[in-house]
Amino acid sequence: MNLFINGQSVELSDSIKTVGSLLNYYGLGDKVVIVELNATILEKDTHQETAISDGDKLELVHFVGGG
Amino acid sequence: MSNRYSRQELFSPIGKKGQDRIRNKHVLIIGAGALGAGNAESLVRAGIGRLTIADRDYVESSNLQRQQLYTEQDVKNRLPKAIAAKKRLTQINSDVTIDALVMDVSVEEMEKLVRGVDVIIDATDNFDTRMIINDISQKYKTPWIYGACVGSYGLSYTFIPGKTPCLQCLLHTVPIGGLTCDTAGIISPTVQMVVAHQVTEALKILVEDDKVLLSKLVSFDLWKNDHTAINVDSLRRGTCTSCGNSPIYPYLHPDNQTKTAVLCGRDTVQIRPPRQTPRDLVTLADKLSKLGGKISQNDFLLSYSSGAIRMVVFKDGRVLIHGTKDVVEAKTLYHRYIE
Repeated sequence: MNLFINGQSVELSDSIKTVGSLLNYYGLGDKVVIVELNATILEKDTHQETAISDGDKLELVHFVGGG
Repeated sequence: MSNRYSRQELFSPIGKKGQDRIRNKHVLIIGAGALGAGNAESLVRAGIGRLTIADRDYVESSNLQRQQLYTEQDVKNRLPKAIAAKKRLTQINSDVTIDALVMDVSVEEMEKLVRGVDVIIDATDNFDTRMIINDISQKYKTPWIYGACVGSYGLSYTFIPGKTPCLQCLLHTVPIGGLTCDTAGIISPTVQMVVAHQVTEALKILVEDDKVLLSKLVSFDLWKNDHTAINVDSLRRGTCTSCGNSPIYPYLHPDNQTKTAVLCGRDTVQIRPPRQTPRDLVTLADKLSKLGGKISQNDFLLSYSSGAIRMVVFKDGRVLIHGTKDVVEAKTLYHRYIE
């Protein structure tokens, strides 16, 4: 499956079927993340079940504390 | 030095008029670490009228790689960062009035500091303080500019009360146990990139050119060549308790603040976070193990020691910092190692 994540084309395993599993794949599962899928921001509580498919465009921004 | 600001005035969106506005403005920077030092230097060079900068920490050698205002001599003298910052900033531009405050900024302090301020720059290293800044910003209708970085990753957002969502709208909950520069490292260009965003946004606010504010949450990873900007307007909630229709500013309430207590006769400070979130001790142990030092652990707590530092982290969220009676020092260590 090919996705565009933060503007870059990424080839991922088809086993990643949802936004939740994608976040886990990137080690962001336990972080506060804002997800935009095809130009729409997702509500946080829908990350787990929202399906993703070939060609989707995602923007992922996670919050960090350092400064 | 009559031509001091000539290049900034030649930049047409600022001009002579903008420069006069900048000259009459007051900026508050919370934190004088890497982001605080970078923001302060740029804004003082830009010729703001007044800068207030507050920090609870002192200069250490591990700061020098990226905290641009400090020197080896400051480390030797163990100067508080706010004081060392003022020393250097006054050398750079003696026309700027600089209030340097060595203090742990919590609600009471913020209530006083925010008066008369045109913009607040977030240069803190933790979300407890940011949630307080967020509520103060809403209560006094003062814009603030979030900035944070770790490793080669950074992000920034400009919060305008009444126009943009607030930090609580974006986060819903306060992140606990996130990465910090002391556990995951940082390179100085990451700091500079966040500072560039924060200072530019601040200048737009100071010259009252609000229509060109970025109005997007920006993030980047300089090492991975990644950059993104998303419009988060849709996350603004009318029901938000900080910025909604009936705000109660929850983080200004004593129940929602991190509580500290000096434990009698034990040379120990207890820190109790406001949230009842169980800590993930396995992840924390993994993070601390990368720093060297000694970790021991059981089902209920994790004990970490490195040099003179010893701390015990309980599953219920509490942390004991041993070897000090100084609450401010204990909170500094807490934010450095734990979150």
